[in-house]
Amino acid sequence: MSSEEAAIRVRGLRKAYRDTVAVDGLDLDVARGETFALLGPNGAGKTTTVEILEGFRRRDAGEVTVLDLDPATANGARGTGSDAARRWRRRVGIVLQGTGEFDELTVGEVVRHFARFYPAPDDPATVIDRVGLTAKTRSRTHTLSGGQKRRLDVALGIVGRPELLFLDEPTTGFDPEARRDFWELIRDLRTAGTTIVLTTHYLDEAEALADRVGVIAAGRLIAVGAPRSLGDRESALATVSWRTGEGVWESTESATPTAVVADLAARFGGEVPGLTVTRPTLEDVYLKMIGSTE
Amino acid sequence: MSAASLSLNQGGLEIRQFLRSREQVTFTLAFPAILILVFGAIFKGTIGDGVTFTQYFVTGMIATGLMTAGFQALAIQIAIERDRGVLKRFLGTPMPKWVYFAGKVLMVAFIATLETVILLGVATLLFGLHLPDTGTKWLTFLWVAALGTTACTLCGVAFSSVAHTGRSASAVVTPVALILQFISGVFFVFTDLPGWMQTVASAFPLKWMCQGLRAVFLPAAFGAQEPGGGYHLGRVALALGAWCVLALVLCLTTFRWTTKRDG
Repeated sequence: MSSEEAAIRVRGLRKAYRDTVAVDGLDLDVARGETFALLGPNGAGKTTTVEILEGFRRRDAGEVTVLDLDPATANGARGTGSDAARRWRRRVGIVLQGTGEFDELTVGEVVRHFARFYPAPDDPATVIDRVGLTAKTRSRTHTLSGGQKRRLDVALGIVGRPELLFLDEPTTGFDPEARRDFWELIRDLRTAGTTIVLTTHYLDEAEALADRVGVIAAGRLIAVGAPRSLGDRESALATVSWRTGEGVWESTESATPTAVVADLAARFGGEVPGLTVTRPTLEDVYLKMIGSTE
Repeated sequence: MSAASLSLNQGGLEIRQFLRSREQVTFTLAFPAILILVFGAIFKGTIGDGVTFTQYFVTGMIATGLMTAGFQALAIQIAIERDRGVLKRFLGTPMPKWVYFAGKVLMVAFIATLETVILLGVATLLFGLHLPDTGTKWLTFLWVAALGTTACTLCGVAFSSVAHTGRSASAVVTPVALILQFISGVFFVFTDLPGWMQTVASAFPLKWMCQGLRAVFLPAAFGAQEPGGGYHLGRVALALGAWCVLALVLCLTTFRWTTKRDG
């Protein structure tokens, strides 16, 4: 991957807090325009990695390039960045985990204020609409529910029309409908060419949104691939289940499930009661991977 | 948008947040006025040379109000904002970082002005306070208040990094402010305090703010009772200016945008 197409390039990243190694030689590439999901259990090094990419944390070792800049230079001493760093900040949108709100301000005031930080921001009213908070534009932010606050976080992350958007567990506290809406928003951003790095605990979310997923465990990236093919999911044995004439459930694992089904169809003389054919879900594969590192 | 207008916007935002928080408005703006009501009710009469207690203590109340707005309230607020990730959120945007401080400065200036006006109004109406009667005195008032508030604000920004969490901020900041008030001549006539206490107080801005304000509100002749035999406005300017420089250096070298556990 040349630097032209790479939004993020990480080699040998290391970070330790005293004796605890949080990130231990991590390599990662994210292409421009790609939606990349980072999965991993709590304490695996996800947030540390992402916050190093966002320029919030220093690393101990390794090479990191994010939109052609080393994020360690994004905040100079005491947060005073260079002009190059400020230009970089304009191109990067960040939605952190649980960041502070502005209790006494309204949704509209906060979004309009943050829009002023960027040279070519999106229209605040449009952004508020995209995250589904139009009805709350004039409400103080302390009256918002947890999921609504999260959507405000997202609004503040995208109002500057970033080329690269970091989303750290963005849908925590969302109800199912709000999550579906949020997914649509992320797909729209992707269509518009935004590179998206997402961390999440919801595997269906990773599967629905990500071009590729990476699994972090014990500070290392242990697997990367398209959600469908992660951990040999495609070639794994399929499970065929059905109900026998006596009403007992039976199942078998097979590399040739079509043959099994044809066989069953012949045996039942047509419709097979309760027939299902399943492959391991992303969650199955993920849990197996995480389990094998512990 | 230019950084200057960004700062104005940021200041407007801070002031709006302050005005919408009812407890803050009530306690911060009315505190000095309530103090003078209590003092006025307890101490009647004069402390000599026709100077009433109210006339003397109003200087301490003004200085306390400026210190509360600039130092105490600000240090606690910034510590809470750091703890809640508000600072980190700003850090992740292209906003020039000094805009955050400019916003705080505008907010402090707004609160300090408003609470001082309320205090002077109450004291004039209820206790017959004599306001400064010459342009020179008003000018002195202005620079002492401005320089003192600046020193306090910078100290507040620097001190906000001392508290480890937003919750502990109040416990860390309040005693410092309270002790300074006791030793700097806010609650007692300064020259009645033990000599060593006066010496300790001289190392901090509040004593100098009170002294400068006494030059504004008390007769010139009363200056003979000051520790140095006069109001010594030059020394007031020097001491407050030195604190501005010291606190600015502390801000630039120790200010943290994220909490310790953020690494």
